[in-house]
Amino acid sequence: MKKPPLLLDFEKPLAELEERIQQIRDLAVESGENANVSDRIRDLEARATQLRRDIFKSLSPSQRLQLARHPRRPSTLDYIQAIADDWMELHGDRGGSDDPALVGGIARFAGRSVVMLGHQKGRDTKDNVARNFGMASPGGYRKALRLMEHAHRFGMPILTFIDTPGAWAGVEAEHLGQGEAIARNLREMFRFNVPVICTTIGEGGSGGALGIGVGDRLLMFEHAVYTVATPEACAAILWKDASKAPQAAEALRITAWDLKELGILDRLLPEPPGGVHSDPVGGANILKAALTEELEALLGMTSEQRCQLRYQKFRHIGMFLEGATPSSNGRL
Amino acid sequence: MSLFDWFANRRKSPPIGQEQQEREIAEGLWTKCEQCGVLTYTKDLRANQMVCPECEYHWRVFSGDRIEQLIDPGTWQSLDEGLQPTDPLEFRDRKPYRDRLREYQEKTHLNDAVQTGIGQIDGEPTVLGIMDFSFMGGSMGSVVGEKLARAIERATKEGLSVIIICASGGARMQEGMLSLMQMAKISGALQRHRAANLLYIPILTHPTTGGVTASFAMLGDLILSEPKATIGFAGRRVIEQTLRQKLPDNFQTAEDLLTHGFVDAIVPRTELKATLAQLVRWHQPPQPSAPLVLSEPVPVVEGERG
Repeated sequence: MKKPPLLLDFEKPLAELEERIQQIRDLAVESGENANVSDRIRDLEARATQLRRDIFKSLSPSQRLQLARHPRRPSTLDYIQAIADDWMELHGDRGGSDDPALVGGIARFAGRSVVMLGHQKGRDTKDNVARNFGMASPGGYRKALRLMEHAHRFGMPILTFIDTPGAWAGVEAEHLGQGEAIARNLREMFRFNVPVICTTIGEGGSGGALGIGVGDRLLMFEHAVYTVATPEACAAILWKDASKAPQAAEALRITAWDLKELGILDRLLPEPPGGVHSDPVGGANILKAALTEELEALLGMTSEQRCQLRYQKFRHIGMFLEGATPSSNGRL
Repeated sequence: MSLFDWFANRRKSPPIGQEQQEREIAEGLWTKCEQCGVLTYTKDLRANQMVCPECEYHWRVFSGDRIEQLIDPGTWQSLDEGLQPTDPLEFRDRKPYRDRLREYQEKTHLNDAVQTGIGQIDGEPTVLGIMDFSFMGGSMGSVVGEKLARAIERATKEGLSVIIICASGGARMQEGMLSLMQMAKISGALQRHRAANLLYIPILTHPTTGGVTASFAMLGDLILSEPKATIGFAGRRVIEQTLRQKLPDNFQTAEDLLTHGFVDAIVPRTELKATLAQLVRWHQPPQPSAPLVLSEPVPVVEGERG
């Protein structure tokens, strides 16, 4: 049986309405009075659709953050299994570890071999503990680099999926060079001569997200977020009060629309009504169609053009004033 | 007055009183070491590049002082001085970002948290970037990213080595995702510099953390650090809170990183210029030497064998 989705506060009125519809339906089946209630059900369903649209249209950044972190939100492995025709997971950084918080392998996609990799959050509490809630260790970033290097050598496009609260902050991670591992990925990802497409599927948390986030194109789901620091951490540092996280989420400009405006995001992926967690198959189809299209466009370029595109994409991010003339590098 | 009289007079004058001492510290004549408490004549401390002569404590230094310490006099040519930060997110925490910027600019006489330029280190032309912790904790926003990227690109074009003095709390939150992306931008510029087989040396100074550690601070062909500098990705307090355990004192120090293999050498500030000049010189492509002349083979005389 399908588990009922976990409810966020702002989803509750919708869930109540849907529950009432179901109750009426059940009653109708029991009493055999289908015809009498079908009008009423149709009316309620129309109201539910409208309510869903209204709720999801006007979400605040902190509500989007909740959606991005929704425990039922599809994960990297969910998407890979849904969009790849075939897939084999590959393990290990060849340096003594295999990080379950960052997974990857070779997939068949759009008629060719590609390397897919991404942060992996757990599907339940036990899985989450094993996968460290999607917070990768240095070994995870090194595994990703190894797989991307492989893709580069064998001419396979690289598709990465970003979904992490951030890179793991622990004693061992520091001793194994968390900073070095991320830094090296940032530099090397500029070197690969195959197409690189990065998609933020849920939570894009800071350097830990960027560690697999340097590509020709950045895609992002409608309710995904991408942040320089978690709003909680930002509130604790700048407001000296962690409870100001909603204000921080607002101020940090973390939504897909914000990133589009700042010239960082290339393509926003609309989610099915109610978010991808309420329709994972619909979400996967949207992702597959977009990746296929983007990949085709990138494959039409030479590797020099792609490397130049990737370099210029990041080279132009930023806003400043130069001399007396207010010039900006960004696309605001 | 003869020298003897001078000594005699000096012996007569009472030892410096507590009050006078405090007044002279306040006037900046003397500086009390933050670590060992020993008083040093400020002029002497500055002459020793703000390193305590007693305990070798490395004081924080301004970017301008760094230029003086490292670059041969009269050879510094600064780059992109006119770049000014702006407020792309209209960010406001307890105070608007705009006001913070203005305050720091007034306090430090800098536009933002990095100075870049070209200068000679013992005659070796080099591109140098110096982060300044006194400007918003050396945080990296659009201006820091742009100035460093331009400086690195300039070095790639002119075939020069790059040296960056790191001192930063990480990405500047007030510019949001634009700050995070500077990590990638600078790393991309370093990739091209590296592909041209040019030398890059970051110098990690206290503190080098967060997004700076997770990008250009750790991308050196060689990585040097000042003694006792704090260097890390995640903040010590964050780790302590997450793990609910107290961390050892040497955690995330330069010395700790050295034992774990992430720093090539710890170099005291007083030796930094000489070390850098030597390293840059050692990486110069070999000069074309005189053609190798093969000498006539020497016939082996029978009797000389074994």
